[in-house]
Amino acid sequence: MIGGLFIYNHKGEVLISRVYRDDIGSMELSGSCVGGWLERNAVDAFRVNVIHARQQVRSPVTNIARTSFFHVKRSNIWLAAVTKQNVNAAMVFEFLYKMCDVMTAYFGKISEENIKNNFVLIYELLDEILDFGYPQNSETGALKTFITQQGIKGQTKEEQSQITSQVTGQIGWRREGIKYRRNELFLDVLESVNLLMSPQGQVLSAHVSGRVVMKSYLSGMPECKFGMNDKIVIDKQGKGGATDDAAKSGKQSIAIDDCTFHQCVRLSKFDSERSISFIPPDGEYELMRYRTTKDIILPFRVIPLVREVGRTKLEVKVVIKSNFKPSLLAQKIEVRIPTPLNTSGVQVICMKGKAKYKASENAIVWKIKRMAGMKESQISAEIELLPTNDKKKWARPPISMNFEVPFAPSGLKVRYLKVFESKLNYSDHDVIKWVRYIGRSGIYETRC
Amino acid sequence: RSCSKFHLQRFCIFELKAELNSDKKEKKKEAVKKVIASMTVGKDVSALFPDVVNCMQTDNLELKKLVYLYLMNYAKSQPDMAIMAVNTFVKDCEDPNPLIRALAVRTMGCIRVDKITEYLCEPLRKCLKDEDPYVRKTAAVCVAKLHDINAQLVEDQGFLDTLKDLISDSNPMVVANAVAALSEIAESHPNSNLLDLNPQTINKLLTALNECTEWGQIFILDCLANYTPRDDRESQSICERVTPRLSHANSAVVLSAVKVLMKFMEMLPKDLDYYGTLLKKLAPPLVTLLSAEPELQYVALRNINLIVQRRPEIMKHEMKVFFVKYNDPIYVKLEKLDIMIRLASQANIAQVLAELKEYATEVDVDFVRKAVRAIGRCAIKVEQSAERCVSTLLDLIQTKVNYVVQEAIVVIKDIFRKYPNKYESVIATLCENLDSLDEPEARAAMIWIVGEYAERIDNADELLESFLEGFHDESTQVQLQLLTAIVKLFLKKPTETQELVQQVLSLATQDSDNPDLRDRGYIYWRLLSTDPVAAKEVVLAEKPLISEETDLIEPTLLEELICHIGTLASVYHKPPSAFVEGSRGVQHKRLPCSAGSGESVDSPETSSTAGVSDAPPAVIPSQGDLLGDLLNLDLTPTTTGPPPPAVSTGMQLGAMDLLGGGLDSLIGAGFGAAPAAMPASFGAPGSGGLDDLFDLGSGVGMPMGAYSPPKSVWLQAMKAKGLEISGTFARRAGVIQMEMTLTNKAMSVMTDFAIQFNRNSFGLSPAGPLQVLTPLSPNQSIEVALPLNTSGPVMKMDPLNNLQVAVKNNIDVFYFSCQYPISMLFVEDGKMERQIFLATWKDIPNENESQFQIKDCHLSSDAVSNKLQGSNIFTIAKRTVDGQDMLYLSVKLTNGIWVLAELRIQAGNPNYTISLKCRAPEVSQCVFQSYEAVLKN
Repeated sequence: MIGGLFIYNHKGEVLISRVYRDDIGSMELSGSCVGGWLERNAVDAFRVNVIHARQQVRSPVTNIARTSFFHVKRSNIWLAAVTKQNVNAAMVFEFLYKMCDVMTAYFGKISEENIKNNFVLIYELLDEILDFGYPQNSETGALKTFITQQGIKGQTKEEQSQITSQVTGQIGWRREGIKYRRNELFLDVLESVNLLMSPQGQVLSAHVSGRVVMKSYLSGMPECKFGMNDKIVIDKQGKGGATDDAAKSGKQSIAIDDCTFHQCVRLSKFDSERSISFIPPDGEYELMRYRTTKDIILPFRVIPLVREVGRTKLEVKVVIKSNFKPSLLAQKIEVRIPTPLNTSGVQVICMKGKAKYKASENAIVWKIKRMAGMKESQISAEIELLPTNDKKKWARPPISMNFEVPFAPSGLKVRYLKVFESKLNYSDHDVIKWVRYIGRSGIYETRC
Repeated sequence: RSCSKFHLQRFCIFELKAELNSDKKEKKKEAVKKVIASMTVGKDVSALFPDVVNCMQTDNLELKKLVYLYLMNYAKSQPDMAIMAVNTFVKDCEDPNPLIRALAVRTMGCIRVDKITEYLCEPLRKCLKDEDPYVRKTAAVCVAKLHDINAQLVEDQGFLDTLKDLISDSNPMVVANAVAALSEIAESHPNSNLLDLNPQTINKLLTALNECTEWGQIFILDCLANYTPRDDRESQSICERVTPRLSHANSAVVLSAVKVLMKFMEMLPKDLDYYGTLLKKLAPPLVTLLSAEPELQYVALRNINLIVQRRPEIMKHEMKVFFVKYNDPIYVKLEKLDIMIRLASQANIAQVLAELKEYATEVDVDFVRKAVRAIGRCAIKVEQSAERCVSTLLDLIQTKVNYVVQEAIVVIKDIFRKYPNKYESVIATLCENLDSLDEPEARAAMIWIVGEYAERIDNADELLESFLEGFHDESTQVQLQLLTAIVKLFLKKPTETQELVQQVLSLATQDSDNPDLRDRGYIYWRLLSTDPVAAKEVVLAEKPLISEETDLIEPTLLEELICHIGTLASVYHKPPSAFVEGSRGVQHKRLPCSAGSGESVDSPETSSTAGVSDAPPAVIPSQGDLLGDLLNLDLTPTTTGPPPPAVSTGMQLGAMDLLGGGLDSLIGAGFGAAPAAMPASFGAPGSGGLDDLFDLGSGVGMPMGAYSPPKSVWLQAMKAKGLEISGTFARRAGVIQMEMTLTNKAMSVMTDFAIQFNRNSFGLSPAGPLQVLTPLSPNQSIEVALPLNTSGPVMKMDPLNNLQVAVKNNIDVFYFSCQYPISMLFVEDGKMERQIFLATWKDIPNENESQFQIKDCHLSSDAVSNKLQGSNIFTIAKRTVDGQDMLYLSVKLTNGIWVLAELRIQAGNPNYTISLKCRAPEVSQCVFQSYEAVLKN
């Protein structure tokens, strides 16, 4: 299990150190304790070998002196979990991410200043969510009921047992007795569409990774059931009663390669009936993630043309075409055209939007605020190069693109989200529901 | 330390002391916070111990937590003062607030002071039975803490039984923590039946699995993976209940579920519908893991690498998801590349090659190199693509990027080895780049190519001569290669190159301090001067083919790693014993056996259709691994089995000293992505002196002489008119002898003895006449030793080692047949070079492998090795994988047949398993019998 957890700043100074296991030793610097000195060495070793290492990080798991260090980095803060055992590596990383989530939920951005200002809180959290290196309940909702920055108010006995039963209970993510005057829920279908295209326009790989994020403001302990145009479900229904309606919607169904759910979803029920039922946490959380690879709508097509004119000049022409309903508008479009390192000057002409050569980023960045569907636009640039004697050819990084579109590129549609709360007197019809679709570019690259 | 700083610290401590003793609660709390802050940055605030402990008696939970934090840090260095805190702890364990009870028991377990531990038992016992689940789940973990401090105490106090009871607790989190604690405790008692997994407990665990937190699910799944179901039906029902976990958002839950499924799947019959369904279910979640954060992607990729080697069919169609993205971190890129090669097949090779070509123009040097190497591996793996690969490599050489060129030359050498006489037309292009090669491996590869194809390269002598100028500055690898290449050249074009060969021989033998180089030089010299024809046969001998899959993980290790999916072992691709100290994790895990008794796990039909081979090819670990394990062996001597003979320990210690400082770097380099990046370099002969240091066979064992069975009666007097012959065979000083006792049981004198053999399997025939000089009187016996050679006519006998003999005397001719132990035919030079052994082992098809059991043998592996060597069965290498010793052995028969063997010796198990591989599998049975005979006598 995890033997200790350390947080370093970018200089490698220790901001937080919490040791759970004797085998990795403590961070104390008392001169009397030789062991402590040695272990301090091991922790220093991480600083020397990883944080201060000149080159890029070659592995997120490092073994130094028979001690394994797992690390993740958030802005310029390093979080390192240390162990001497054969721990579950996936769990350690999941835990480190979770730890970042918890800290962000408590005090916002993970920065040196925030960590220093909240170190007491962090120690308290670390004491609660890791016991002897075993991760314990780390749901922010539950933690916030009894780890507060204001100090604990006098709790009644009922409150105390409510806390403990929530922390250890089957529904650890929601407490009883939540009340809202207006029962309301928001569903966001957030997709990122990823593409790798060859210069000839051949799709090398494409997939959508999507998330369904739910904000729920519902009273009591509501049972929810979520439905979407999942091909497997719709085909099954089609078989049952072959109505015209089902046949119609069958055409619009999508094949989901794989999906994962928030721990509130009853997985066994999904496995057997493919129905998604759950009691939601209060507030915002991620209900599910999914991945599709078939019949993806690629919102943009990038057509690059790069011509080397002699050794000191490059001509670049890039056309982008939008490929969705003309009534819809894409936003925040950005095309990034890499330029060689020895670029001395760039002239750009574009029909739409603004384009700029950014020397520090070695790229021409072309921004368009809005673009409707079924349109096209182009940019051409002349790149002057300094003559170099570098034998190595320019690696020609791919042209990448960013955008946001108001539909789901996978074709996913929310069919329903039903809410049942038998104990309270509100029904599914009383709940106000909002659904929104946003498609964003993930890694959307075209090689040139 | 400067004086002012010292004063500052003193002052701070003084000030803090005052604040800690303040009456105001807020001030106290702030002071403790300051203390903790100083502690974090490494300042020594132990002097404040009594003052801080005084703040412990408070009803302010936040303050209490801070004080506890301080205590955990300093109690160990101030045990006497820590006692002051005991009363408060005991009192807090009775607090009406469950949060405080749990906090007290949690903290107390973290204070590793013996005196405090004694006081912990009573509160812990109460807390384990607390009415509040929060306290119980904390107490469960506390048992593990206490066990870590004082295992005996935990057993004596009966906490383990209470912990076992908690598995049936109504609260899922209590169950999960109890499982986690028990699993950890069980790990340090490998033989105890602590977890006692039976269908009832499994059922409880599976129920809790649906209800507990994501972390709890991981504990439970990891525990489940240690269970071995009774039959395939139970296995299936567990799998059915575990598969829903594949949709969990937590990647660790998914990987642990994959581990359980991969393991239990072994027990399912292949023809079962469910087996196919399960296989199909595994791919999507594994692919999904690749959209997680990069660190998790890395863990997932390392695991997929294992899964693909064990069950290639799972990811067969998922090649595209492993295409490298421009912005992937380098560690993800390198891993993806590795898996791409594993999945490359005829069906997808075009796509793969296009990608690899793209990668070869990237920025990161390591990645580019690996991509170039990957192109070479594709050529070797998918024959149909070889031509395209070679032309891609040539294109890359044209880029003139230095490291690309060098890497390409190294892989082209392997392609030449795999497809001789096919692509030599490119040699001219390679030769153009001779000057730009500055890395030893590339230089050595180029030199090998020039030497090997000297007859087709007009100016081969000039090229090699140009290398010779700086001979002493070259690395050993290059020097050795250059020596061999020039000798090859000489044998091919003796007229023009006499001067050159003399030059290199004198450089190697007279001006070099390197014993390897000198020895090889002398051998060539002697060979060339005594028997040029033999030299030609030796130096220009046909080379064994290289196998297609390189750096596969050795099957037993792979099986073990599959049992460790998701853990560090699966990330390092090393068994836990390689990086975990002490007894934890040393337990050797294995996959359960498949349902049908002897049925092979792999279906041959898929392997022939798909390019990706389905059968896990038998692989000997690459040289690097062997070395690593040998080092390990030396560092942690196994406690089981008798100590190795004094000679060998002396040798091993010596070797360790020699390695000295290099040890750490060797071990260090073994971790991370390094091993995967290192292809087994069996093409390069003699890659350093280390091999020879660790050559177990040479000089270690004390030759005990070949085993010779006792004499038995071959010819009975009744049937041979009074002549009785009993005899045996022996091999003495390299000569096979037939040792006979002739007894005259007749009434008359016998004279004129002569002997003749019928044709036999190995061409045995008498090397001289039967020497019975004096007449044999009645009732007289005579001992005769008849030297044999193997140049006689050959005919396959049944059994193979049958020998039909005719003996004549003055009375009549008598016929008898006898069987000789095949170990007589094991020649003295039967020790294969390690690299050749590796390559040969891989090269011999699996169907030629046969496995036998040697029962009731009680020798240590060293003794086995010694004993076998006496009979010319040579140990090439020895590895220890968790108490199981594996000896790799070679034997050469008089007719040149090599028989390779892998002998597994499990500590404490008198039954050894031996796998024999031979191009002529008919001999295996006989050879096995000799092994058995040698070992048992």
